[in-house]
Amino acid sequence: MKKMIAILLAVCMVLSLCACGSSGSGASDEKVIKIGVFEPSSGDSASGGKKEILGMQYANSQVPEVELNGETYKIELVLADNGSSTDKAPSAASSLVSAGVSVVLGSYGSGVSIAGGPKFEEAGIPAIGVTCTNPNVTAGNSYYFRICFLDNFQADVLANFAMDTFDAKVAYCLGESGNEYDQGLIAFFTQVFEAAGGKVITDSFPKNNSDFNSYLNKAKSEGADVIFTPVSIAYAVQIMKQAASLGIEAPFLGSDTLDDNMVLEAVKGTDLKLYVSTFYQEGGSPEFDEGIKAYINANSEALTANGGNDTISAVTAMGYDAYFVALEAIKKAGSGDKAAIMAALPDVTYTGVSGDIAFDEQGDAVRDTAYIKTADTASGAWALETVQTGSGS
Amino acid sequence: MLQQKTNRKGAAGAVLGILALLLGVVLLENLSALIPGLPGVLQPTSQLFTVLKKGAVYALVVVSMNLLNGFTGLFSLGQAGFMLLGAYTYAIFTVPMDAKDQVYYLYGGSAVKFSLVDLFEGIFGTSGAGGGIALIFAVLTGLVLAGLVAALFAALIGLPVLRLKSDYLAIATLGFAEIIRAIFQWQTLGPITNGANMIKGFPTFADFNIKNSSGQVVLRLSTMVPFLVAAVCIALVVLLIRSSYGRAFKAIRDDEVAAEAMGISLFKHKMLSFVISSFFAGVGGGLFAMYVANAQAMVFTSTMTYEIMLIMVIGGIGSISGSVIGTFLYVACSEWWLRFLDAETYIGSFKVPLLRSGFRMVVFSVVIMIVVLFFSKGIMGEKELSWAMVRGFFQKLRPGKKAAPAEKKED
Amino acid sequence: MEQLFTPEYIVSILLSGISLGGQLALIAIGYTMVYGILRLINFAHGDLFMVVGLMGIYVCAVLPTYAAIPIVILITMGLGFAIERAAYKPLRSAPRMSAMISAIGVSYLLQNTATYVTGGQPMTYPTIETLNRTINIMGTPTKLVVILTPALVLVLIVLLTQLINHTKIGMAMRAVSKDFETSRLMGIKINRVISTTFVIGSALAAVGAILYFTTYPAITPTSGSMPGLKAFVAAVFGGIGSIPGAVIGAFLIGICETIIKGLPSSWNVSVFSDAFTFALLIIILTCKPTGLFGEKATDKV
Repeated sequence: MKKMIAILLAVCMVLSLCACGSSGSGASDEKVIKIGVFEPSSGDSASGGKKEILGMQYANSQVPEVELNGETYKIELVLADNGSSTDKAPSAASSLVSAGVSVVLGSYGSGVSIAGGPKFEEAGIPAIGVTCTNPNVTAGNSYYFRICFLDNFQADVLANFAMDTFDAKVAYCLGESGNEYDQGLIAFFTQVFEAAGGKVITDSFPKNNSDFNSYLNKAKSEGADVIFTPVSIAYAVQIMKQAASLGIEAPFLGSDTLDDNMVLEAVKGTDLKLYVSTFYQEGGSPEFDEGIKAYINANSEALTANGGNDTISAVTAMGYDAYFVALEAIKKAGSGDKAAIMAALPDVTYTGVSGDIAFDEQGDAVRDTAYIKTADTASGAWALETVQTGSGS
Repeated sequence: MLQQKTNRKGAAGAVLGILALLLGVVLLENLSALIPGLPGVLQPTSQLFTVLKKGAVYALVVVSMNLLNGFTGLFSLGQAGFMLLGAYTYAIFTVPMDAKDQVYYLYGGSAVKFSLVDLFEGIFGTSGAGGGIALIFAVLTGLVLAGLVAALFAALIGLPVLRLKSDYLAIATLGFAEIIRAIFQWQTLGPITNGANMIKGFPTFADFNIKNSSGQVVLRLSTMVPFLVAAVCIALVVLLIRSSYGRAFKAIRDDEVAAEAMGISLFKHKMLSFVISSFFAGVGGGLFAMYVANAQAMVFTSTMTYEIMLIMVIGGIGSISGSVIGTFLYVACSEWWLRFLDAETYIGSFKVPLLRSGFRMVVFSVVIMIVVLFFSKGIMGEKELSWAMVRGFFQKLRPGKKAAPAEKKED
Repeated sequence: MEQLFTPEYIVSILLSGISLGGQLALIAIGYTMVYGILRLINFAHGDLFMVVGLMGIYVCAVLPTYAAIPIVILITMGLGFAIERAAYKPLRSAPRMSAMISAIGVSYLLQNTATYVTGGQPMTYPTIETLNRTINIMGTPTKLVVILTPALVLVLIVLLTQLINHTKIGMAMRAVSKDFETSRLMGIKINRVISTTFVIGSALAAVGAILYFTTYPAITPTSGSMPGLKAFVAAVFGGIGSIPGAVIGAFLIGICETIIKGLPSSWNVSVFSDAFTFALLIIILTCKPTGLFGEKATDKV
């Protein structure tokens, strides 16, 4: 019995090694340029990561080839799961490097981008951050670029929105303890809100927490005019569901993570008021909307990845744009060589579905607008509230 | 006398072995620079070297856990907590002064107003050989400090919890690790721990690559560094286990009552083992921070401890060489060889069923359960790898007359 | 901060504490019973709890709620039985550490399988209308489930105590927990007793999971680990092996935790709600390792 199992295990091992060896060598005479997709498909941010991948896959299905110097190159997406965790990110990054990718897209979530960044820098591969909004992603890493706005801009927009629209004096901010995304946004939000004379109450909950009743009751009791919750999707769903049963009347403000079907589903049929700042609003590019909806509905796996319906998340649009920015850089470089792409990337400009994209000297996108959407709780859809620009700080 | 002689011979052999290993690693990493046109796997950016670095770091941590669990019989699940202490200590003290404002940008700079890197650069200079020596001193001092802080906390927590019995000790140390994590994530301590944000910008393995004046790498040492530190630490653990202390540890593991009757002070030896194990876990944590190039409390969860424990089981509880072999196997499988299980694969137009993201970990946990249930001794059991064993293994492989009938009997 | 502590606020905090405590109690009983008999910390218990939540989602998608709940409970009992047979029974004569490692392995397996099946996405638990009805208690809007949980816990505990004290299998359980070897010599079918313990523990965890996920309706693969650990702490606090101890411990931890979360934000201590539970554990273990009711050997299951 024992021996059988041992032999079986050994056979599995050998087979897997063979499979591993052969999977790389499926080459034909076709010329291929590989684009690495560095995204979480497990862990806390899996939901967002999968939607971002969806945008890239759709873009890849639209334009699967690129013409360089009269030759046609096939574009191949190579996926690596960074597990939403900074300890798995370096090896996921180096698996992309090993696969010989020319440029990397991703990731959803800043922590993993910061952790994977040095691997790309070491290998000389440029990386295009899609929705990693933390300032430290591009700071100190010349190979990291990004096409989204930054946390301080996003927090600025939301704080101004809260004061302009709701005349808010007291804001209650709730984030996950130890999560740099949540805490960073809250810190920037606090700076802006307090500078304008408001009062901010900040609170944090431990990882894997599921009881938010106490926090929400506290927010109510302390007289919050708005509740700011820049948290991961799973927590956001939990918070919305519990807020609905507590009958919280103060409006909720969310960051780009809350722009997600799961969250929308959670507030559907409730009396909650939810506003999120995001990169893209459905209807911004009818052509893209139509195409991606058809793509999602035609493919059952894409539908599951999108949470079972065809509501378009902003991160999907961003993933779509990131693909074309990479393509633009490849065209400009005139080859699939990573160094050439790296040299070409800073000067790339592109008008995507989410707006104009250009990079500043830090590698960050030059963006001055964010969309603020509100959840239509009756129909379960997003509605555009306003297009807000920062206060210029 | 005879015993001493063989010991000395063995020690010399071990030192030579370690040196050969380090030289081999350096050679392997620089091979592609010497001989162009080698396969991609030998390129310095290949997955191979990531696995080797992570393997070396984890090997040290697994050995430190084995010292406690396998050799002293104390079932502790606090390893991730001590690694966290080590990682943060190393990171806090080695972030260069001019990087601090950027790293601690939410808190307007760090409360720790000095940096080991700047301290030693002030003594040895910043460029050329002086810069190199400064870097070595800064990293070494940082790692030793990392170990000492972890050991200090171990001594404090050991006073109450080491009196507990096996599974109570496990749950108490697990709880301790969770408390440590909550404290390090506390925003109020932000100026020191950077709160939720990761600390980065400190010297990592890549900084040990020797560059020429135009910034090109001439000699890659980034993989050798974790091997060197881990090898020295593991060698120290081996020496400890072979000393009279080690024999006392084993006596406690085998029978506490009998050990006490023999005059071994239970508490003193348990404490010693706990503190030393935590010291090396702290050094391992510092190395881990260097490997991931950041320090963030979020990753040091109980899941990490479980992973380390499972590697220890696979390698063999009570075997140092088993732990090391087990670590490299585990890391290579989970980070490299089995990654294809996560990708949807087509053979021709046939889609291989089951393969999609997450499948790798399912396969992995099934394998672990099989090892735990059917091969509870792991790869090495309580034995250590020796030349005789390797020779025996190859003799067994050779289809000799002697081996064949013996194998039949086993069935 | 005076405005914070209005009577409504205090009532709302206490209510959610009691409901959390009740749900933890149902998990803690499973821990304490298994520990009482096998001297094994069943680390997989918390993850079993998470699996129940996921099954609830999938079963409710095809069946009406009233049919789904019993089916989920039955499947969980089967799963608990299967885990015991596959992962713990082969290690009965092995050192205690091996069984615990096996338990951690099962927990790892359940979590990874859940990640694989759900694709890593958080899942939303279906709304069970009757449990979700909102009622008003002293001006605080509350879900019915919050009130129902402690009541249900009490009923289940009375039933369980009856079972342990007045049936043949209950007597066998008490005997096995007292002395494993002797009861085997006396002709008690050890394996049957252990399986029954796991089945009962799983059934209670299933009920706990339905209540818990109705209150906190998003499920991720790690949703079970924290409640699991806390329930274990509750079991230790009450004196492991003692059912009333586990229940009291669970309520205490649930209430303490919600109070810590409810303390004024300016104190900045709410992040320590989990850490507090573990600190309590270490203090209890060092000061009174037998827990509140641990010395009453007769209560051991």
